[in-house]
Amino acid sequence: MKNCTITIDNKEVTVPEGTSILEAAKKVSINIPTLCNHPDQTVKANCRICLVETKPGKLETACSTKVRDGMTINTVSKLVRDTQRGVLELILANHPQDCLKCIRNGKCELQKLCEMFHISKSNLEDEIDALEKDESNPSIVRDHSKCIKCNRCIEVCQEVQGVSILSHAHRSTKYCITPAFEKKLVNTLCVFCGQCTSVCPVGALYEKDDTEKVWNALYNDNLHVIVQIAPAVRVSIGEEFGAKPGTKVTGKVVAALRRLGFDKVFDTDFTADLTIMEEGHELLDRINRGGTLPMITSCSPGWINYIEGFYPQLLDHLSSCKSPQQMFGALSKTYYAKKLDLDPSQIFTVSIMPCTAKKYEAERKEMSSYGYRDVDAVLTTRELARMIKSASIDFLNIEEENFDEPFGITTGAGVIFGVTGGVMEAALRTVYEVVTEHELENLDFMDVRGLEGIKEATVDLNGTPIKVAVAHGLSNAKKILNQINEGKSDYTFIEVMCCPGGCIGGGGQPIGSTMKVREERIKGIYDVDKVMPLRKSHENPAVKELYEEFLGQPLGKISHKLLHTTYSPRSEKIDFDYLQWNNEIALTEE
Amino acid sequence: MDKFKVDQELIAKIDRILESYDYDDNSVVNILLEIQSHIPENYIPEEVAKYVGIELGIPTSKVYDVITFFSAINDKPKGRHVVQLCKSSVCRLNKYQTIRDVLEEELKIKMGETTKDGQFTLQYSTCFGACDISPAFRIDDKVYGNLTKGKIKEIINTYRGL
Amino acid sequence: MNRTVNIISKNFKKYNPESIEEYLELGGFEALKKAIEMGPQEIISTLKTSGLKGRGGAAFSTGRKWEYSANVKGDKKFIICNADEGEPATFKDRYLLEYDPFKVIEGMIIAAYTTGSTNGYIYIREEYKYLHNKVRKAIELAEKHGFLGKNILGSGLNFNIKVVSGAGAYVCGESTALIESIEGKSGRPRLKLTRTSKQGLFGLPTLVNNVETLAAVPPILEMGVEEYIKYGTHTSKGTKLISLCGNVNKPGAYEVPFGITLREIIYDIGGGIKDGKQLKFLQLGGASGAIIPAKLIDIKYCYEDLEEHGASVGSGAILVADETNKVTHFLKSVQDFFIHESCGKCTPCREGNRQLTKIINRFVTGNASVEDLKTVEKFANVMKYASFCGLGQTAPTALLTAIKYFPVEFYQQIDRIRKTS
Repeated sequence: MKNCTITIDNKEVTVPEGTSILEAAKKVSINIPTLCNHPDQTVKANCRICLVETKPGKLETACSTKVRDGMTINTVSKLVRDTQRGVLELILANHPQDCLKCIRNGKCELQKLCEMFHISKSNLEDEIDALEKDESNPSIVRDHSKCIKCNRCIEVCQEVQGVSILSHAHRSTKYCITPAFEKKLVNTLCVFCGQCTSVCPVGALYEKDDTEKVWNALYNDNLHVIVQIAPAVRVSIGEEFGAKPGTKVTGKVVAALRRLGFDKVFDTDFTADLTIMEEGHELLDRINRGGTLPMITSCSPGWINYIEGFYPQLLDHLSSCKSPQQMFGALSKTYYAKKLDLDPSQIFTVSIMPCTAKKYEAERKEMSSYGYRDVDAVLTTRELARMIKSASIDFLNIEEENFDEPFGITTGAGVIFGVTGGVMEAALRTVYEVVTEHELENLDFMDVRGLEGIKEATVDLNGTPIKVAVAHGLSNAKKILNQINEGKSDYTFIEVMCCPGGCIGGGGQPIGSTMKVREERIKGIYDVDKVMPLRKSHENPAVKELYEEFLGQPLGKISHKLLHTTYSPRSEKIDFDYLQWNNEIALTEE
Repeated sequence: MDKFKVDQELIAKIDRILESYDYDDNSVVNILLEIQSHIPENYIPEEVAKYVGIELGIPTSKVYDVITFFSAINDKPKGRHVVQLCKSSVCRLNKYQTIRDVLEEELKIKMGETTKDGQFTLQYSTCFGACDISPAFRIDDKVYGNLTKGKIKEIINTYRGL
Repeated sequence: MNRTVNIISKNFKKYNPESIEEYLELGGFEALKKAIEMGPQEIISTLKTSGLKGRGGAAFSTGRKWEYSANVKGDKKFIICNADEGEPATFKDRYLLEYDPFKVIEGMIIAAYTTGSTNGYIYIREEYKYLHNKVRKAIELAEKHGFLGKNILGSGLNFNIKVVSGAGAYVCGESTALIESIEGKSGRPRLKLTRTSKQGLFGLPTLVNNVETLAAVPPILEMGVEEYIKYGTHTSKGTKLISLCGNVNKPGAYEVPFGITLREIIYDIGGGIKDGKQLKFLQLGGASGAIIPAKLIDIKYCYEDLEEHGASVGSGAILVADETNKVTHFLKSVQDFFIHESCGKCTPCREGNRQLTKIINRFVTGNASVEDLKTVEKFANVMKYASFCGLGQTAPTALLTAIKYFPVEFYQQIDRIRKTS
């Protein structure tokens, strides 16, 4: 590996050939400002903020320019600083300046740059694209009057998720990021995974805010408001208060939720264990009775939206199990209501999720029992953090508390649902013991862990080798689905998570979910699992009690009614019946 | 206005065009230009864009990007014949306004409008390389320069079928 | 004295461009035969000696460009003839395609032979639709006569050419944007992390050349480079096709030797200003070119002299404006062009053009403020230094040179009472 010696701002540094100026500068403690750059994405160089002077009178972008031996770089010359300010002023002239009212106030990359550049009034006339906000769907809001056209959302939608709902279109000042034909997201095959909201540097894409809905329920004395927390939240929400990613803050979240006024605080991990019972038996049933294989997990709503939209012919492969969130909701309006002698209409069930697609899932028609919605409101990790802050709770210092029973008793298998490979591992821990009637020596299935896009493992079930696969990120799911479509799939059971890294990398997680941060959150989850007294779903005593008291058997009649669901295609129809002559004929300038 | 049918005939034409390009997704720009020339309103309707996207394996959002990016591909309907008057630097020096006035008078519409019978759309365009015969306009593929009032009338009439 | 020459334009209006036989009678494809005898190394050194530079405007040494391409290994290599000619006031490539298509094809084949390329594209702008099928027919005829296809003239070269149409985007004249459009995407320039000669079209080695650059190669080989460099100046050797237009009596595409003065071009070749008016200014190189005042018309038309005055040859367009034109109003036509053609991807060009348009409109209506002049210059420079591609970088050239040479015209349009915001 050849090395290059260059000079940056009068400091000499030697770096390997092929290093970008941006990376080389970091080595001498200079963080050249960037905007469109993202550590997990390709270099775009379209914001033009990271300019440096590589030769007198020549500016180049630091992110895209590789060092050349002998280069003399100046990052603070008059030309560089004047031009950078000029670029920033141009962005601002096209950007609404309502920071105080913006959801990203304090967390906005553009704001940070303005602070750094000490921006004051420029002589430019503001011209902001007066475009309608897209609030058409339950999960994501698109406010493209704030878009700075960095293209990060396009890359995540087209390359990482392979869904390609968002693309750039038009030219010049009409250039924008939009779905085809400027449709609202709800009229497209968008899966609402929210990855776009996670990478957006400003407030152009963000989660639908349901906090007011939840506050109103909490104010209402006639409602019994209960809340469930997803596994991923407990190792991530601390980041919103300054903790490192992966820090376990379960007890603090429980305490904070009680301060906010929730009547009972429960753990989604409980119904994760329940899901394993139902899904594990469903898998065995299919294997024994020659049902549709491979069977694919169904707890990720972004993934469900994807397969319903793009591979409707393969819907039979999905497990019919609802997600843990929805199973919890269904139980809350039936089993739990009966236990407390309450009418289901008096129960308001909230869930805290790392996921924007869960908001869409909660509104699906199928997700209700006896006329009552399973889940009444879904808050993302970010929204809960806002609620906690607005209640002046000193989160990091609050005394920890425990979940309520019975839905607070959980196992390690339930908590690992939050990471890619977790559902698979939890299922294997149960299925193995149920089938072989032997205890597992080692509960850690390392083959299905980690950030590789598609992971495989073979498990020996009483002499029969079962091949399983785990995929995360929809472009990886696509590869697996294509195999199934072509009849080339030799897997028996497949776990698919819509978001890279699994739920800990969800679209509703704290802003700043890079691959590095995901790794730390994943470690946090496995650390929680390691020290739990119970680590297998079928050993959860509360789950056993639930079956004895209420459900009967896994896949029984009551399970079927409350805990299982159906799917339907989401295809866009091509309407060739007629074309309408619009009176809005193309009007050109003048 | 009449409702136009996207009928089997148009689909067959589109399929033939796709076939002639071997269903090559790289040729989508030229494919859309050719399809557009078969649509009387000179544009790519949404359903056609979706169909082409599905047949070529391109997401509709990217087909929309191509349609809206290029000036020669229209995303909104136009007249059967598009009259494009150049307004760029040379034609401005050579007083394009005189041609504009004659065209507006002859077609009885203003710049940017389409005649009521859907025959002509009158619009500005950027330079199309006819600067040596400036000021100039295009109708569909043909370029007309070195104009007089009488010549312009004659040209329009040939498109009227007179 | 009319100092036009006939080297690159030798065959213009001398034969029926639909007949390959007539082209052959005029000595067509002799240069190709000579090239095959010379071999790639000698062709490259000949081109270097000739000083031939990219004629689309970038003015990169053709000899060196072909040398880079020849050194890239690959089973499939592309040559793209850039016939997008979107630069306003430029129409010389149109003349070449219309009057001497076989010459362009011959140039491409020589390029293919020199660089070991296998597939050629001629990317013709949509506005030249009436020429597409003519060029296609010329390619067919060349194939029939064995100048395209397999083992051309026994040299071992396999090469074919396809015509691809543009779709109305000036930015597609930029080579990476052009390549994007051939790949079926919108024509937004690409980040060049690797040279196009290594990774261009479909990720494969690609050589992109302007029509005139390719058409210049056969005559240079045919007449011999020593003869060719007798024309021109020391640093700008040979001849150039110019597109003369605007308020002149005889607009058209002409071939001139480098070193001829602008005065000779406008008066001897162009027949002087129409209607007996006075010359006020020129714009050299199209809408992205510099504005030169009439007092400079005795400078020589060549790369080095023009650069000294802040201008460049560019596409070879020479736009002539008479005294009835206000510079500020003329700039509006330039600005309207760029705001229409910007691809929109990078901030300086998209937002810069937006702001420049507003301010220039105020100069046109006489409502500009004193700050406007400072602001417009500031952001013109931001665009020049920060834009992603050549469009944004050169869009403010006319404005900046106009401020330099005609400051009074700007002051006249300032409303002294008005302050911005």
